[in-house]
Amino acid sequence: MTPTIRLRGIQKSFGAVQVLRGVDLDAHPGQVTALVGDNGAGKSTLVKGIAGIHPFDGGSYEFEGQAVEVTSPKQASQLGIEVVYQDLALCDNLDVVANMYLGRESRTGIALDESSMERKAAETLAGLRVRTLKSVRQAVSRLSGGQRQTVAIARAVLWNSKVVILDEPTAALGVAQTEQVLALVRRLAESGLAVIVISHNMNDVLSVADSVAAMYLGRMAAQVPAAGVSNSDVVELITAGRSTALGVGVRDEVTA
Amino acid sequence: MSAPTTRPPQPPQLPETSSDVLVGPPAQTLREAVAEYRARLAGGDIGLLSAVLGLIALLAFFSILEPDTFTTTRNFANLMNQAAGVAFISMGLVFVLLLGEIDLSAGFLAGTAGAILGVTLSDGAPWYLAVAACLGTGAAFGLVVGLLVAYLRIPSFVVTLAFFLGLQGVLLAVIGEGGTIRISDSVILAVNNRNLSPVLGWVFVGVVVLGYVVAGYVARRRRAATGLPLSSAAVFWGGAVVLAVVLGLLAYLFNLERAVNPEIVSLRGIPIVVPLAVVFIAGLSFVLTRTSFGRHVFAVGGNAEAARRSGINVAGTRVACFVISGSLAAVGGIIIASRDNAVSPTTGGGETLLFAVAAAVIGGTSLFGGRGTIIGAVLGALVVATIRNGLPLIASGSAIIFMVTGLVLLLAATVDALSRRRGTTG
Repeated sequence: MTPTIRLRGIQKSFGAVQVLRGVDLDAHPGQVTALVGDNGAGKSTLVKGIAGIHPFDGGSYEFEGQAVEVTSPKQASQLGIEVVYQDLALCDNLDVVANMYLGRESRTGIALDESSMERKAAETLAGLRVRTLKSVRQAVSRLSGGQRQTVAIARAVLWNSKVVILDEPTAALGVAQTEQVLALVRRLAESGLAVIVISHNMNDVLSVADSVAAMYLGRMAAQVPAAGVSNSDVVELITAGRSTALGVGVRDEVTA
Repeated sequence: MSAPTTRPPQPPQLPETSSDVLVGPPAQTLREAVAEYRARLAGGDIGLLSAVLGLIALLAFFSILEPDTFTTTRNFANLMNQAAGVAFISMGLVFVLLLGEIDLSAGFLAGTAGAILGVTLSDGAPWYLAVAACLGTGAAFGLVVGLLVAYLRIPSFVVTLAFFLGLQGVLLAVIGEGGTIRISDSVILAVNNRNLSPVLGWVFVGVVVLGYVVAGYVARRRRAATGLPLSSAAVFWGGAVVLAVVLGLLAYLFNLERAVNPEIVSLRGIPIVVPLAVVFIAGLSFVLTRTSFGRHVFAVGGNAEAARRSGINVAGTRVACFVISGSLAAVGGIIIASRDNAVSPTTGGGETLLFAVAAAVIGGTSLFGGRGTIIGAVLGALVVATIRNGLPLIASGSAIIFMVTGLVLLLAATVDALSRRRGTTG
């Protein structure tokens, strides 16, 4: 099966600092790929490169088997790549509908087509079995943390997306809300999306992921199937860049 | 390299569920509408309330103290003409304030653009060319300010402070030291001095009320056709009735004879500047609330980073807002020049800018960005003009006027800051 996203040898520097040194990553449709790594390992930079916010300097970026060059967020979203950031990137002063359609408003002539936007936003939320919102015309400032997370995820799937990237989706949530969001993440994958989840929480990673990709100091230590991987294997990959139990890891001579 | 194409929004095909809990405005009945409005107030969104209550309170206050001089149709017509210049500048400022930016140069930009108008008229150009030159001046300065703010990210406070100083010089240079430019073009003078004929006044009221009803009705029909529940019909029709009554009353009062010596020259009708303002209110409100551009203005003001990640052209939106602000300052310059029959080195100076900022803030526009309306700015301008008009009748000297206006601005800013706090902690 062709991976939806296939990265090989990705390079990225900010000035003199080389953040990514030859990163490989595959994200398959219908699967949750967990992206783990310590702070500063390059997870965020990798995601921002995929999403076109900070384009990569070198390496190959294939989308559905075709080489692409993604240099702007707009281009990424046109391909079908959506990112749900940790801060959710919602405008508090706008309502749920306006946030879900932000930057991609439907129009009739020059005027906004509020009716169709409202209907589709409500359908999407209903499709995700979201029951906690009273009205899609509420301002986001009046929503709880879990509701905001839901709106951000619903925005990502509204657009017939192929890849949804979630950055620490459960970091700010309580136990019950974490369960709900993880169930939502599984549902996204089951509907055929390629889902990439950045997380620091090993339990979340292993309960939801099909594949674990561990980054170590700007390199991909290993991408392994989640089945048969233990909590300590993942921790070892994150902290040492290799796992003796799995027999994988970065070799020191691979300094790019 | 694949060619990305725009994807139509397609919600994922998931099991059919009852979605009726989610759609629709929060309020579908009158009772819900009242509850919703109270919740909004409690949440910190005061909207037009402070401006409307302030205006009613001030009108009552001055009417009780000075019924003979304040509460006359002649004075109310005067009030419209006095408020107009600040109202137009303030409408432009709303765009900039929505971004969370400020434009301190709008006052002297109004003066400079007015001076360009005067100079081109003096050179014998027809009024429309002079107006075009004036608007072009406003837009051009707005563009420069916008580019500096949006691309170099110099704080707008500093950029427009520099233009505030610089434009005073430009204004002097255009007019010539100590001089004034007289405006004698009858069209320009008519804008803020003449009145509609009584019949035209009633036509104007009819058109506005009909326009409100038709636009609202069409929007409701379209919503109903999509299968979405409607907001309270009582609120909609109630709004139409209030609008009709208020405008009808205004038209009736303004159509009364208000000249001191009607035998010499008759003075009646709605000031021409009122329908002009209504056209701008309708047009600019449409831009802000019914177009993608307007939505993006609110988004940039609410969360610029989120807007950028959504693919919104943040810098372009900022530049456009400063161009709009500059252009409306130029319109304000025409209005002021028309009123004064002249342009002088102080046109648009003094308290003009502060009054315009105060008008916007009193009208519910947040200094923190992301919240505000055009109609609010105009109501705010009426509040400021009422203070300016009424205070000299009960207190002598401009000292008290400055202090009171300053206090009102401070009060409005305090309300804004407090409501913002309630909005974020609530």
